[in-house]
Amino acid sequence: MNPFNYHKPSTLAEAVALHRDAEDPAYLSGGHTLLPTMTQRLAAPSDLIDLEGLAELTGIAAEDGTLSIGAFTRHAEAAASAEVAGTLPALAELAEGIGDAQVRNRGTIGGSLANSDPAADYPAAVLALNAVIHTDRRQIAADDYFRGLFETALEEGEIITRIDFAIPSRAAYEKFPNPASRYATAGVMVADFNGTVRVGVTGAGPCGCRAHAFEAALSAHLDPAALDAAELPAIDFNSDLHASAEYRAHLVRVLAQRATARLVAAP
Amino acid sequence: MSAETGIGAAVKRREDLRFITGRGTYTDDLNVPGQTYGVFLRSPYARAKINAIDAADALQVDGALAVFTGQDAAVDGLGDLPCGWLVKSKDGSDMVSAPHPPLAVSQVNYVGEPYGLVVAESLAAAREAAELVAADFEELTPVVAAAEAAKASPIHEGLEANLAYDWELGDEAATDAALAAAAHVTRLDLTNNRLIPNAIEPRAALATFDPTSGEYELRTTSQNPHLERLVLSAFVQIAPEHKLRVVAPDVGGGFGSKIFVYAEETVVTWAAAKVGRPIKWTAERSESFLADAHARDHVTHAELGLDEAGRFTALKVRTTANLGAYLSLFGSSVPTFLYGTLLAGQYKTPNIHVQTHGVYTNTTPVDAYRGAGRPEATFVVERIVEAAARETGRDPAELRRLNMIEPGDFPYETPVALVYDTGNYQASLDRALQLVDYGGFKQRRAASEAEGKRRGIGFSCYIEACGLAPSQLAIQLGAGVGLYESGEIRINPTGSVTVFTGSHSHGQGHETTFAQVVSDKLGVPFDDVEVVHGDTGRVEFGLGTYGSRSLAVGGSALISAADKIIAKGTRIAAHMMQAEPDNVAFEEGAFISGNQRLTLQEVAFASYVPADYPPDLEPGLSEKAFYDPENFTYPAGAHIAEVEVDEATGVVQLVNFVAVDDFGHVINPMIVDGQVHGGLAQGAGQALLEHGIYDADGQLTTGSYMDYCMPRADDVPDFTVDTTVTPCTHNPLGAKGCGEAGAIGSPAAIINAVTDAVGTEDIAMPATPEQVWRKLHGL
Repeated sequence: MNPFNYHKPSTLAEAVALHRDAEDPAYLSGGHTLLPTMTQRLAAPSDLIDLEGLAELTGIAAEDGTLSIGAFTRHAEAAASAEVAGTLPALAELAEGIGDAQVRNRGTIGGSLANSDPAADYPAAVLALNAVIHTDRRQIAADDYFRGLFETALEEGEIITRIDFAIPSRAAYEKFPNPASRYATAGVMVADFNGTVRVGVTGAGPCGCRAHAFEAALSAHLDPAALDAAELPAIDFNSDLHASAEYRAHLVRVLAQRATARLVAAP
Repeated sequence: MSAETGIGAAVKRREDLRFITGRGTYTDDLNVPGQTYGVFLRSPYARAKINAIDAADALQVDGALAVFTGQDAAVDGLGDLPCGWLVKSKDGSDMVSAPHPPLAVSQVNYVGEPYGLVVAESLAAAREAAELVAADFEELTPVVAAAEAAKASPIHEGLEANLAYDWELGDEAATDAALAAAAHVTRLDLTNNRLIPNAIEPRAALATFDPTSGEYELRTTSQNPHLERLVLSAFVQIAPEHKLRVVAPDVGGGFGSKIFVYAEETVVTWAAAKVGRPIKWTAERSESFLADAHARDHVTHAELGLDEAGRFTALKVRTTANLGAYLSLFGSSVPTFLYGTLLAGQYKTPNIHVQTHGVYTNTTPVDAYRGAGRPEATFVVERIVEAAARETGRDPAELRRLNMIEPGDFPYETPVALVYDTGNYQASLDRALQLVDYGGFKQRRAASEAEGKRRGIGFSCYIEACGLAPSQLAIQLGAGVGLYESGEIRINPTGSVTVFTGSHSHGQGHETTFAQVVSDKLGVPFDDVEVVHGDTGRVEFGLGTYGSRSLAVGGSALISAADKIIAKGTRIAAHMMQAEPDNVAFEEGAFISGNQRLTLQEVAFASYVPADYPPDLEPGLSEKAFYDPENFTYPAGAHIAEVEVDEATGVVQLVNFVAVDDFGHVINPMIVDGQVHGGLAQGAGQALLEHGIYDADGQLTTGSYMDYCMPRADDVPDFTVDTTVTPCTHNPLGAKGCGEAGAIGSPAAIINAVTDAVGTEDIAMPATPEQVWRKLHGL
């Protein structure tokens, strides 16, 4: 790891100013992607701006059909939150299934979304739950947020402050973990908003995406069999050591069907 | 002796207090005054010429002290890293050894091969300097796949081919004739996947040199510090043995990967004298993936002949073994003498012939790893026996039983050079069938199917040759060292006992087990016995721990030493009691003659304060013994696996595993269970998860835990383990060894269960979800 300046601002404005004034800064949230690349000397920011002290990035609240989660909320906090469990149990389950206990105790929802790893879990939820990403300067709709491999709508120095999820009547998340890393080889969240279904997919392509044909089929008939012949998302499916594009595409359909089956079976 | 601590008692491991509470002392925990840090320069290419190495910029880094290259080592006359087992080809010629300098001189031959060492005041400075070393490489075409290596142009300059040896064992003509006459022949192509060891503690070394005495001290992660010292003295010629002390402090797992003498500790020791400062090197995990000896990597074609009744008539095996870029310390022996000799398995197959082509490739050297050759042999035998049962419509358990060597057949000489001393294979199989509830399998299968899952059951009745090894036999077969073990027992003047063993514990629990053995044998309290190991400065000699040999060989050496203690003590006690030595008995820690009784403690005290003492006897009560086994030991057992396969995703879940093993007499059943559990998890890892993969350029694509899948607790079921006992006939403990059995027996059982569930023999390890999904759906 190369030497760097460490900052721990206590306000959002201070953090943004530090970022603006530094030579080659990086925000530090959970650090689960940034720190390993720094220890491998693949990244060498001049300044690390730790976001842990920002009160603006904390808190979980549910009201008026929206579950709002502060960007610095760690995965373990989201998984254990009574608000999350009470309003969006599928999201609590997703958070509980991220990585392992050490990862969940450090990693944050904002950090995960800012990084936009193609195999992260949260993108499936952000898309299926029609979330709004709040930043220090604006609000970004889920459908406008993911742009490509590790690419998002965020601008230089922009900080996610909180994520507002629309609370559906019911939702379910199914994940096929990479056996080694336990990232999502593919993950699918199906959410039912009073008969209008949204399907968010992660792990399959360069970034999170919606499965529009699945949504149409399920909105017409909320049944796993409705997906038997529905068109897959029109993306370039990832192919790696653990899953070819063909297998991943197959998994997306199977996971969507399993999520639907659970959702239908839920009380 | 106390039932709570003696032989057969499940004593809690005394070493666990320090291990579980984070108070172990591993090599990287040690620091010495003046210590510097080493970072190795490693080849980014699978095969390349080194045109030049420019360290000028690196040496400008603040804190950088030195950069050493292979040229520097060559100038100093540093010897090559040797292979310790000479294998001969079937034409009688010696194997072809590629020179293996500790630091590559003119050419690198695998990704990660060290070609230089950077030494600096801090680790950060060493890393920064290492990045600034400019090496000019000229890339050459690598040879990666073992199957094509023999025909490819040689990777090493000066060698005619990539074939290190063409080895055979058994009678080829008789085997061919029996196959031609067989009522049925089962043919199978198998691969044994490359594994990467992944001990929890990475390799490390801390070397010091004292210029006033000329003594080196190397503290390192070794399973056999005396062998390390022997190789560094006799072959690499760093220093004579009396000027080189090798200490292996707490070592966090080895599984074979820490047997071998590697470049890193060799170079660090040599360089410590060059810089005149101690040097520490600790591998990062990504270095471990590249530079620890890999394992397995066989491609095999096998044919098994059966007569009308189902009796095996012949087994023919053709194996290509990937040895990697160089012959590692025991790499040559693993796919030959530790493999071909085990192909009889538990069966009376009368004709066996095996041929092994050992080939060089531009990959990390391959060597022994938990089981070493025997998992590969078991996989061949037990996969083809299962396939034969299916092809001929026989119950796989009954086909095995029909062909098993029977209890009355021992000693049994196999057609592949071993003499099994004892066993009862039917007893293990019967017990395993009972524990798995074989009769209830159909119901369990139906229940799984009702949930959209296919269920399969698979067997593996394995045998292994452990307790390595009778020295003369091993040396006759090509080993460069004897394989006896040493033990020393010192009864201290106050009666406490210090035990020195040449075996080395790196997780096996010797400090507990060996204390149980000595305390039981000498009738002294368990807590009064201390076990010392892993230090050439304290232990006279030793050959270390591998091949499930520590108890059978090292433990037996302690029994011999204890016998000498008792013999001498008897003479002292007889003198003190004014009795004839022949009339003195030793029972439960006391010498008894008539109604007189002297404890070992009293006799020990008398030996150090010899007031009333036999005039012809030396004072003191300390004895050494070397134990050389007369034969291998032959642990064997029956493993049965059940899996569920998800039809939609191809995911295989190991849902039930029964292992019934015969380890002979067991000293500590809790430790034995733990060894079996660990071995089974490793076997499950090989069967379902682990795979070291190189791409066509020779880059390791599974070089981290992101892609190399180690088994986790939730990948394995609650194992059902049990033992049967036929005591080893030729060692005083009747013990056979238990360290490797789990990893030897289980892969075949699991893959047999997967192939049963999927309905094809064509499933390669690891049985990944996508592979199984494709087979299920004919894709």
